[in-house]
Order: sequence, then C-alpha cells, then structure tokens
Amino acid sequence: MESPETTQNWYLLLSTVLFSIGVMGVLFRRNALIILMCIELMLNAVNLLLVSFSAYSGNTEGQVFVFFIMVVAAAEVAVGLALMVSIYRNIGSIDINVLNKLKW
Amino acid sequence: MNNITELTSLITPALMVPLLPLIGFFVVALFGKKLGHASGWIASLMILASFICSLFLFNGLSGGKSLNFDVYEWIKFGEVSLSFGFLIDQLSLVMLLVITGIGFLIHIYSIGYMHHDEGFSRFFSYLNLFIFFMLLLVMGNSYLVMFIGWEGVGLCSYLLIGFWFKNPAYNDAAKKAFIMNRIGDLGFLLGMFMLVFYFGGLDYGIVNQSAMTMEKGSGILVLTTLLLFVGATGKSAQLPLYTWLPDAMAGPTPVSALIHAATMVTAGIYMIARSNILFVLAPFTLEIILVIGVATSLFAAIIGIKQNDIKKVLAYSTVSQLGLMFAALGLGAFESGMFHVLTHAFFKALLFLGAGSVIHAMSGEQDIRNMGGLKKYTKITFITFLIGSLAISGIFPFAGFFSKDEILAASFEHNKIVWILLSISSMITAFYMFRLVFLTFYGDFRGTEEQKHHLHESPATITIPLIVLAVLSIVGGFIGLPAVFSKIHSFKAFLAPVFADSKTLVEAAHEHSHSTEWMLMGIATIAALISIGYAWSLYISKKVIPENDSELSGFSKWVSNKFYVDEFYDAVFVRPFKVLSDLFLVLFDKLIIDMLVNLSALIVDVTGRTYRLIQTGNTGFYVFAMVISVVVFLFIQIIQ
Repeated sequence: MESPETTQNWYLLLSTVLFSIGVMGVLFRRNALIILMCIELMLNAVNLLLVSFSAYSGNTEGQVFVFFIMVVAAAEVAVGLALMVSIYRNIGSIDINVLNKLKW
Repeated sequence: MNNITELTSLITPALMVPLLPLIGFFVVALFGKKLGHASGWIASLMILASFICSLFLFNGLSGGKSLNFDVYEWIKFGEVSLSFGFLIDQLSLVMLLVITGIGFLIHIYSIGYMHHDEGFSRFFSYLNLFIFFMLLLVMGNSYLVMFIGWEGVGLCSYLLIGFWFKNPAYNDAAKKAFIMNRIGDLGFLLGMFMLVFYFGGLDYGIVNQSAMTMEKGSGILVLTTLLLFVGATGKSAQLPLYTWLPDAMAGPTPVSALIHAATMVTAGIYMIARSNILFVLAPFTLEIILVIGVATSLFAAIIGIKQNDIKKVLAYSTVSQLGLMFAALGLGAFESGMFHVLTHAFFKALLFLGAGSVIHAMSGEQDIRNMGGLKKYTKITFITFLIGSLAISGIFPFAGFFSKDEILAASFEHNKIVWILLSISSMITAFYMFRLVFLTFYGDFRGTEEQKHHLHESPATITIPLIVLAVLSIVGGFIGLPAVFSKIHSFKAFLAPVFADSKTLVEAAHEHSHSTEWMLMGIATIAALISIGYAWSLYISKKVIPENDSELSGFSKWVSNKFYVDEFYDAVFVRPFKVLSDLFLVLFDKLIIDMLVNLSALIVDVTGRTYRLIQTGNTGFYVFAMVISVVVFLFIQIIQ
C-alpha cells in the first residue's frame, strides 16, 4: 500500500497534465467548440484537485465545492453552446480567426 | 426668573412672530401667480398677525422680564456649543414692534403703490422674506442667529433694489449694495471668530459673562468690537461704506422706506446696542464710533443740500441720521440711540412713503426741479410730509425733537466740539428738508403739461399709512420726555434692564441742570428755525430753482457730485481690481490653469490613441495575453 502522500502526488501530476492540455488547447486551436471543451478540461482538472485534497485531508468542504463548480460549468456550457450555434447560423463558421470584427 | 411657567407659555407666540412672515413668503412665492392681487393682502395679514403676536409678547413681558430659550442645539465642537435660540427682551421688543408695525403699514402702502406692477406678488414675497430675516436678526439669542438674519436681510435688500431687474443700472445698484455689505460682513464674521475663540461662544449671555471678567480696554475687546463695528458700518451705511445706500434708491419706494430707512439699516445700531457690555468695556472703540458717526452725520448732510432727486435727498438724510445714532452709541447713550432709531423709523418711513406718493402723483418723476406747487393737488401727502419734515428737523413737539435733543444733550456733556458739529448737522438737516418741501409743494408747477394733467392724490391704501405714520411722528416722542418735562423717561425706564449691566461698568453720567437742558433745547430749536427760515427766503421769497448740473462751479459742484467719493472708490479700488483681474486672467488663468487642464486632456487622448491598437479583435491574441499575464502574476507571487 502506498502512503497517502504518494497517492496525492499522482493526483497532482494528473491534474497538472490535464490543466496544461486545456491551456494549450485554448491557446492553439482555432475551433471555438474545441476551445470551449478545453476550458471544461481545465475546470475538471481543478475539480479533480479539489476532490483529491478533500479526501487527503478528510475535509468534505472541497467535495461540496466541486458540486457547485459542476453546476456552474453545466450552465456555462449551455450558454456557450447556444452562442456557438447562433454564431454558426449567422456567419457560417466558428473559426475564431474569422471572428475579429469587434476591434478598434 | 420668578414665574417660569408663565414665560414658557410665551414661547409659542414668540415662535409665531418670525414664522408667520415665513409662511407668507412661501405661500405668496409659490402661488403668487394664481393669487394675483390677493397675494398683497395675504402678505399684509401675515405681518399684521405677527404684529399682534409681538404686542402679546410686549404685554406678557412687561415689568422688565425677558424670554430666552433654545430651539435646538445646532453645532457642537469641543467645548463650544452653538444653539439656535431666541432672546426676547426690551431691546428686541422695541425692534419687533417697529419691524412688524411699520412693516405692516408699508405692506398696505405697497398694495396701492405696486398695483400696476407686473411683479406684484414677487414684490410681496420678497417683503415677507425680508421681515422674516429681520425678525430673526433681532430675536436671536446669539450672534450666530443674528448673523443669519443679517445675511438674509442683505439678500432681500439686494433682491428688492434690483426688483426692476430689466434696468441694468438698477442691477448695478443692487450689486453695489451687496458687495459693500459684504465688506462689512467680513468684519462681523471675523468679530464672531474672535468671540468664539476668546469668549468661548456666541451666545449673548456667554459673551457678556466672559467680557465682564476681562480687563477694561484690553486689546482683545478693542479688536473684537472694532471688527463688529466694521460690520455695522456696512449694514448701517456709515463712512466709509455708505455709498451703497443712496444708490439703493433704485428699488421701489416702499422698499426704500422699509429696508433703507426704517429697519435694515438700523441693524448695525441694534447690534452695537445689543453688545453694549462689550463696547462699554472698549472705550477706544466707542471713540472711533463717535468720530465716524459725527463725520458721517455731517458729511451726508452736506451732500444732501445739493441733491435734486427727491429720494436721494432722503437717502443722504438717512445716512446722516444714522450717523447721529452712531454718535449716540459712541457717547455711550445707548437708550438715546435706540430712541432715535424708533422715532427715525416713524418719520423717515413717513417721508419716504410721502415721497413715493409724490412720485406716484408725478407719474414717476423724481427730480424736484420739475415739481413745485403740489400742495394744491395732494393735500394729505403735503400735510403728512410736512409733519415728517418738522419731526426730522427737530421742531417741538414732534418725535424727532425729543430723540435728537437727548443725543445733543449727551454730546454736550461729553465734548463741546461734538455737540457743535452735531448741531450744525441738524441745522443742515432742517435746511435741506425744507428745501425739499418748498421746492416740491410750494411755488408754481414746473413739470410738463402732461404731468400736470395727471396730478392726483394717491388712493386710500397709500394715504392711510401716511396718516398713521404722521400721527406716530407727532406723538412718538412723548414716550421719552426729557427730565424738564417729566420725572420719568418711560423709554429709558423700559430699556433699563437691557443696559443695566453695562451701566455698572461705567461711572454714572451726572444729570445736567434744568437750565442747561432748557438752553440746549432752545438752541436746537432756534437753529432749526433759522435753517427753515433761510430755506424759506431762498426758495419761496427769491424763488430759487437749483441750477442744472452743468452750471455748477467750485464747492457746490463738489457737493453736487457727492464729493466724488464714488469716483474715488472707482479709481482706487474698482479699477485696480479690474486691472489685476485682467492680469490674472491672462497670466494665471489662461496660461497656467488652462495649460494644466489641456495637458491632462492631452495625456488621456494620446494614451488612448496608442493603447486602443491592442484591441485587435483577434481572440487568439486575447487568450494568449491572458495566459501570459496569469503566468507573470503567478511568477511575481512566487518570488515574493
């Protein structure tokens, strides 16, 4: 059996990897839908971290927090997807490089 | 403080006295347009009600009692507490009755006088507001409340002088009055700072108490009283701040009667009489007041000889009479000064209202060179005006005789030179007043045919106040009979509680013998009669008409031009001030202030132009910038 610290380290590593993948996705993909998914990935990386620390320290507050984040994320996704659909209907594309009208 | 319960029942009527005119002001100001000419009667009734309340107070406070109460504590800082409260004693009562009584008569008069004016209800709202502030001035129990009233009457004076605001000259006169008063008010304000700082408060009671513990004639007392006196010179039109009062005649005539003769201009005298303890403890200031008073009295009287505008003559006469009152205060004869305030209010209001009636009859003409022979057409005005002139000239037994005699007697005792100067001043007064009467009412009519056609006696709303004031000018003096006629000087006895404390601080003035008093009265009467006779010989026998301004030469030209005081002030104060303002406009305002303002605008403009280029519209760039920023912030956070 591994010590709790070691288990926690694995979780940390996984969470960091997931978060970084999310950031990279947001930075380098042009498809708005994928960017949205990458944001979700980042959120879930944080959720994972919260849950693991919650279990590690025996404090349930972190898990309660995660539920809230999930609820907010669900709402956010609903709005985000609706926007995507709307943009696609108007412009015919969801490539963020095309969406550059709003500027000086 | 024997029967406090009885006095507390007087608080309500005491509060009603200033509140009623205030209510009248709001009603007339808000609904004046709808009320039309009824607003004049509403305003008058409010003053009448206030007068009745004052009489009630007068009755309730008989026997030397006084009512002093705080409405609420207004300002508190450190150990100084300033409350808003009222003090009604004999001194305030005299003023209350004068303000509301004469105020009521003048309101009635104005209904007739302003009947055709388009600003009818506006006029009455101002008048009511003025009465409110004037009552506040005399009813306050501290210098602070007095100052509120003081500034308020200044405002109303400004509004009423510039009542016919379509005439730029009238507006200038209004501004002049306001600014001249402001100079005096600064003195009053500084005096109040001195009082708070050195006397520990502004309540009359507190100030008087701490003043009594001070050494007589100490620097603080002298400085404080001098500053307060500066305030008084502004409000009461004394040298060197008197020039606004003659110009204030630009206002409607009832205003001149009420504000610039009977009530507001006596505020300075009231203030000094109210602070009698302070002033008695500062003999140096009293000397200054005496000098200024005598000088003003003489100076204004001389100017009065050569004025040809009926209201200007009366204006200079007012300045001169106010000088006489200040001389009385300077002599320490506070009761005599207040007595003259009272009688002067009667006969000067009468004279101004009479002049208004004359102007009304003459269809707006004010130059006495174009009048003459009016006694045939305006009988009541003539008789009442004559009574007023006799009263101001000090002819027995009219009101002015008694009050003037008292002041002259006090000056005779103090200093013979002062007595001679004041006697000369009253001689001149008698002369110019009868010059006015003879030129206006006697001889042949010198106006145009059209004016002659319109000549008529004024309506009852105008003549009734004239008659009432004429009666008061005849009998008003009897409340203060000199010792040779009566054992009791009832006015002095009435005011005695107010001045009781200050009387203990100076050695009692010795009574002069009856023969001296007879002599003084005789000299004063003979002098006045000689002046009247001289005026008669000039303007009735020789039928002299004052020459046109261009034909004047030498000294009379100087006098006619009021000794060029206005021109002097203009050259010494106004024009350098304008040059300085222009200089600052160019140097400071345009160069420095504008540069700073424009520079800050320029910085914002340039920065905005530069930084908006970052807003490319490229979402990828925004996200990149965000991530980089977060990393940088985290990095900063870690290395700290």
